[in-house]
Amino acid sequence: MSTVDERPVEAAAPPPTPGPAAGLVALGRRAWRWLTSMRTALILLFLLAVAAIPGSLLPQRNLNLEKVRAYYTAHPKLAPLLDRVGGFDVFASPWFSAIYLLLFVSLVGCLVPRLRSHVVALLRVPPDAPSRLDRLPAHADGLALHGDPAEVAARLRAVLRRRRFRAVVRAQPDGGFTVSAEKGYLKESGNLLFHFALLALLIGVALGSWYGYKADRVVVQGADQGFCNTLQQYDDYGLGSRVGPADLEPFCLTLTDFQARFLDTGEPADYRAAVSYTVGSGAPADAVIKVNDPLRLDRARIYLVGHGYAPVLRYTDRYGKTQTIVAPFLYIDANKTSSGVVQFPDANVDPVKGRDPNDKQQVAFAGMYIPTSDGTHAVSVFPAERNPVLVVTPYRGDLGLDAGIPSSVYTLDQHQIDTGRLREVGSEPLRLKPGDSARLDDGTTVQFVGTRPWTALTVRYDPGEKVVLGGAWCLMIGLLVSLTGRRRRIWFRIPASGPACAGALSRGEYPGFTAEFDNLVKEVQ
Amino acid sequence: MAAVSDQLLVYAILGYALAMLAYAVEYAFGSRSVVARVAERELVGAGGRTAAPGAPAPVAPSAPPLAAPGLAENARIAGFAGRGALVLTAVGWLLHLAAMVTRGFAAHRVPWGNMYEFIMAVCFVGATAWLVLVTRRPVLRPLGLFVTLVLVILLGIDGMLLYTKVAPLVPALNSYWLKIHVTAAITASGVFLVGFVAAALTLIRNGYDDGKTRFPYTLGARLPAADSLERTTFRIHAFAFPVWTFAIICGAIWAEAAWGRYWGWDPKETWSFVAWVIYAGYLHARATPSVRRPVATWIAVAGWAAMMVNLFGINLFIAGLHSYAGLN
Repeated sequence: MSTVDERPVEAAAPPPTPGPAAGLVALGRRAWRWLTSMRTALILLFLLAVAAIPGSLLPQRNLNLEKVRAYYTAHPKLAPLLDRVGGFDVFASPWFSAIYLLLFVSLVGCLVPRLRSHVVALLRVPPDAPSRLDRLPAHADGLALHGDPAEVAARLRAVLRRRRFRAVVRAQPDGGFTVSAEKGYLKESGNLLFHFALLALLIGVALGSWYGYKADRVVVQGADQGFCNTLQQYDDYGLGSRVGPADLEPFCLTLTDFQARFLDTGEPADYRAAVSYTVGSGAPADAVIKVNDPLRLDRARIYLVGHGYAPVLRYTDRYGKTQTIVAPFLYIDANKTSSGVVQFPDANVDPVKGRDPNDKQQVAFAGMYIPTSDGTHAVSVFPAERNPVLVVTPYRGDLGLDAGIPSSVYTLDQHQIDTGRLREVGSEPLRLKPGDSARLDDGTTVQFVGTRPWTALTVRYDPGEKVVLGGAWCLMIGLLVSLTGRRRRIWFRIPASGPACAGALSRGEYPGFTAEFDNLVKEVQ
Repeated sequence: MAAVSDQLLVYAILGYALAMLAYAVEYAFGSRSVVARVAERELVGAGGRTAAPGAPAPVAPSAPPLAAPGLAENARIAGFAGRGALVLTAVGWLLHLAAMVTRGFAAHRVPWGNMYEFIMAVCFVGATAWLVLVTRRPVLRPLGLFVTLVLVILLGIDGMLLYTKVAPLVPALNSYWLKIHVTAAITASGVFLVGFVAAALTLIRNGYDDGKTRFPYTLGARLPAADSLERTTFRIHAFAFPVWTFAIICGAIWAEAAWGRYWGWDPKETWSFVAWVIYAGYLHARATPSVRRPVATWIAVAGWAAMMVNLFGINLFIAGLHSYAGLN
């Protein structure tokens, strides 16, 4: 009526026919009728709404893995049970999928017959007038229509057509005429468009999950710190099921500059990352990535999702060799108190004898970077670098990097420390301001050169997006048309002699319906 | 400027509260018969003829004798209070508007950048929708008591518990999509608010008609006829639902630009989806003859419940990407 016309009502089962096959067919038919009935669709719709709720109450893997881990720690008994029923992956769980797939099957089962009958209705001329027009919700008797009935009918048809009715004149056996008119087919068209657009959304989402990908990368500012769009270079990635490593857009990118502005309260005001990139063998280009404003390549988009500081340390080892390493520190609070480690795996290698594998003298500095220190606490009080301090503990020994086991670049290998292969140097951590140097017990020196900004970038590609967007606008248009459309029929009966009468019928809510009918009747007289 | 805005909001709440009082006076003095009669007349004027096939336009029921002087006096008071209530609502609305404008000037941006401002704007849209509705259909005036009640409660919670100092936008919100997406969300929420009041009162009137005598149903005595209320409920929702759809679509487009995906089941997104599905269910249920109308109306109420969970529950208790409430 308003958003939907009646779905097929649950009809009585067909008369039973003998044989198990026929019974099965009947059962199948009944199940199909049940599935495509409006009542079932409403129940499924309601279930869909209810099923989505746990997805907002429980931590979800696709949103925040950390919170899921925290939940496991907090509820060690409950968490595995919830996990088994998909509590942490609600929107990918079998039951959630089952609901929306059933809903879409129900939708298709309902839409196809409706599309068919709508096409038939569009092709068909309006049906002949019912015998008793006075039984209709709106009707008028004794119309003052003078002249030859055929001419009157033709005139009425012209009036109705001018009002964009679809009108047809029929001669009656008694010598009179009837005029049938119908308007508002757009309503059902809009309604069908709305529901088919829902299917388009589903297809678009499916395309995205098959052919799209997502990858994250921390990029430190500087030409020496760029990366290319290959899987080896990502910290983390997720490929669609039909995406291979070779399908990634071949671009390379470096961060040339990063600016962040903060309010006095420490809240961020603005971020912008200037980048330089090349696509394939093309010429290098510059771009600025901001929040709300990603870099859009043909088959990839690059988003700015976070930023932090990467301390730069210069270490001079016992052989006088100087190395400079920049290592991004991960922030642990909103004021960018950051933690990380700067590792020098190539330090203290005897230039003559080479590295002694049993007595590696590799060096690392692990600790915190505090962009604005209050002088006493190891916590930053402002996210910008107003009083930067690097508080790090030196370590010497075997960093454990040569074992070939992937490890975090933000922490030391705890196993190496526990087994004594990597030992703390000195009793106090070093407290360095930019430019400060410190001497370790073996005479080597370390200098805190300063920091470089880093940005966390997310690379995304989703080919289903355009389908979804198109579907969403079709849905919107369909919805508006179906909610504002008014389907109604009007009939005039002009007998061979005597006064004519008229009647009208509105399908669905249309408060202006009577007014329109009265107006029309007045006009034709 | 911010202080001016805060003051104005207090006066706006006061205006709505006084309007509520005046509506209550109208409610108390307006005799049942007066309301019922007006409702009847309304029915005849608006949709009566579509509902009564064949017969000539239904004759208005013979007016009950107004001879009793007390009754006439009551009716006069009721009419006076009712008109006064409308004026007070309009005054409250103007103060409310001024509070928002000054807030916008104080913050140098559209005044809906945090939860406090969002709720203020939702209530403003709700008040606007109510004034439009009551201008077009004066018979619905008894609803004003409940609309202003909801406004006073929401604005009171907003001003007392959710107050946030003027601050610039966080970078993520700094986009023209704020104007489009959030404005659409506010508009839809505000209109749904009035829709909810109409739906709840439809159910109360239904219960009253069914002879229920417990508390909320006794309120039904002075409400417009149930089917008139029910039709109003539907039309308000039929207006708000596409706006809500538009808000979600714009949100998805913005999310694509800001977060890299158009949909990610963020708690706010999830509850917007839940509310959308429930309201879609309402529109479908109402269009299905086999579903009884009160059932459909209950679904509309459930939709508003989802909207409220989305507004308060998600903003205050669940962290997500939409955590812009500005409260710590």
